[in-house]
Amino acid sequence: MLVTLCVNGEDSTTDVLPRTTLVDFLRHSLGMTGTHVGCEHGVCGACTVIVDGDAVRSCLMLAVQANGAEIMTIEGLADASANLSPLQEAFHRHHALQCGFCTPGVLMTAHALLRQEPNASKERIREVISGNLCRCTGYMPIVDAIFEARSSYQPASPATRARGR
Amino acid sequence: MKLPKFDYVEPTTALEAVTLLSQSRGLAKVIAGGQSLIPTMALRLAQPALLIDLRHLESLRGIAVDEAGLRLGAMTRWREIQDSAEVLDTHPLLVEAVRHIAHYQIRNRGTVGGSLAHADPAAELPCIAVTCGASIRVLGILGEREILADEFFLGPLATALGDDEIILEVRFPRWPSSRQWGFQEFSRRQGDFALAGVAIFYDTDNSGRLENAHVGVFGVGQCATRLSGVESALNGRTNTISVAAEVARLAAAEVTPSDDLHASARYRRALVAVLLERAMALARGERA
Ligand SMILES: Cc1cc2nc3c(=O)[nH]c(=O)nc-3n(C[C@H](O)[C@H](O)[C@H](O)COP(=O)(O)OP(=O)(O)OC[C@H]3O[C@@H](n4cnc5c(N)ncnc54)[C@H](O)[C@@H]3O)c2cc1C
Ligand code: FES
Ligand code: FES
Repeated sequence: MLVTLCVNGEDSTTDVLPRTTLVDFLRHSLGMTGTHVGCEHGVCGACTVIVDGDAVRSCLMLAVQANGAEIMTIEGLADASANLSPLQEAFHRHHALQCGFCTPGVLMTAHALLRQEPNASKERIREVISGNLCRCTGYMPIVDAIFEARSSYQPASPATRARGR
Repeated sequence: MKLPKFDYVEPTTALEAVTLLSQSRGLAKVIAGGQSLIPTMALRLAQPALLIDLRHLESLRGIAVDEAGLRLGAMTRWREIQDSAEVLDTHPLLVEAVRHIAHYQIRNRGTVGGSLAHADPAAELPCIAVTCGASIRVLGILGEREILADEFFLGPLATALGDDEIILEVRFPRWPSSRQWGFQEFSRRQGDFALAGVAIFYDTDNSGRLENAHVGVFGVGQCATRLSGVESALNGRTNTISVAAEVARLAAAEVTPSDDLHASARYRRALVAVLLERAMALARGERA
């Protein structure tokens, strides 16, 4: 089936089998391996991407179901000259990653959350990030980094204006 | 695991969807949010030859409140319930239960109709539907019918839905604003399916005595059920600490859990007692 979607601002049309999940489509058809795949049945959150503004598990969505959608992956977070986004900077400052396996999913979850709820409380951040398993860093630095990055998502801030969904 | 092979169609009307379903003679499945079906397929517990995606069926969307109560279209996502000020006003118990369902990303995709059709014994919505006396409107090749939640859930992953039928919407009776309620569940990790859960509500007469008590449990049997023994023990009494302790014991005796991988039956009975006592405290107004 032909699937047309827009990933990080670039449109593409690709022929895929219906059984292809969105994460396999991103990794294998588009060669964008930044999105990781862990459990392949919805429990770990490593595969989180943003579809039409909402964080979703891309192993639980078919590529054909994303036909016509606008998708943002980890590759779209830093700008074209690879300057880290304020959220990524905050992760760096707080040592909010170790092996990095869970990190793309954690960042996309946090990005979607802060775009929709720039004033999310620590409690809310903890609740949301509970859907992303991290086996090495520990959640304290992750929560601290997301909490600190809130300021760059305030409506008037340059970070939110420059980076679309 | 990778998904097994299947064909995929995107009908644009509900009638087209049920026609496709009935033509498939049991080989097709409809897909809504995919948050239960795709894992099931990944684990090869289901291998439908055809997936019928409901995502273009506008008639299955939407939240509506009227004199009769609250209606949720089958394709309503958890997220939309959480974002709706109207639902919070008209059905606080439902909103509290939805808050406990799965994780942020899953709530952006998972739907009301999918949860009812999947009929997991530990799922929140089937319990709220049974406890509140909701009814489920379905469409099949022979037309529409309405099924009471009580008669809809037949056992683990089993419902009264015919092979050619899809859920259109679920209707909750009107919820008086003075109604008192409590919801409690226990799971080992945030977002996991509950090991046990309790939903209660009641109205009170002029002297503060309980009437119309409804007590539902989930995760502790073949499907969510009401505890009629506990309900009749509550009606006509007042919600005091000692009454709560008394009905908690009754509830532990009335439920019929079994041992499984996640917990023993004995542990689940104990959980039900504790959760009911806490839900009674919440209904009394002791909100943490
Ligand atoms: C990690 C994880 C944790 C979860 N935790 C919870 C939890 O704590 N509580 C909870 O309640 N759920 C939980 N879920 C399940 C989640 O809420 C699902 O979204 C929901 O149960 C099914 O909704 P869906 O729209 O995704 O349905 P789908 O997966 O698309 O479909 C599920 C089933 O329903 C059928 N179906 C779907 N829509 C209709 C319709 N309109 N008419 C007839 N049949 C239909 C499908 O054919 C399929 O058999 C969890 C899921 C995951 C992956
Ligand atoms: S790979 Fe998608 S949730 Fe684990
Ligand atoms: S940084 Fe290793 S799993 Fe999270």
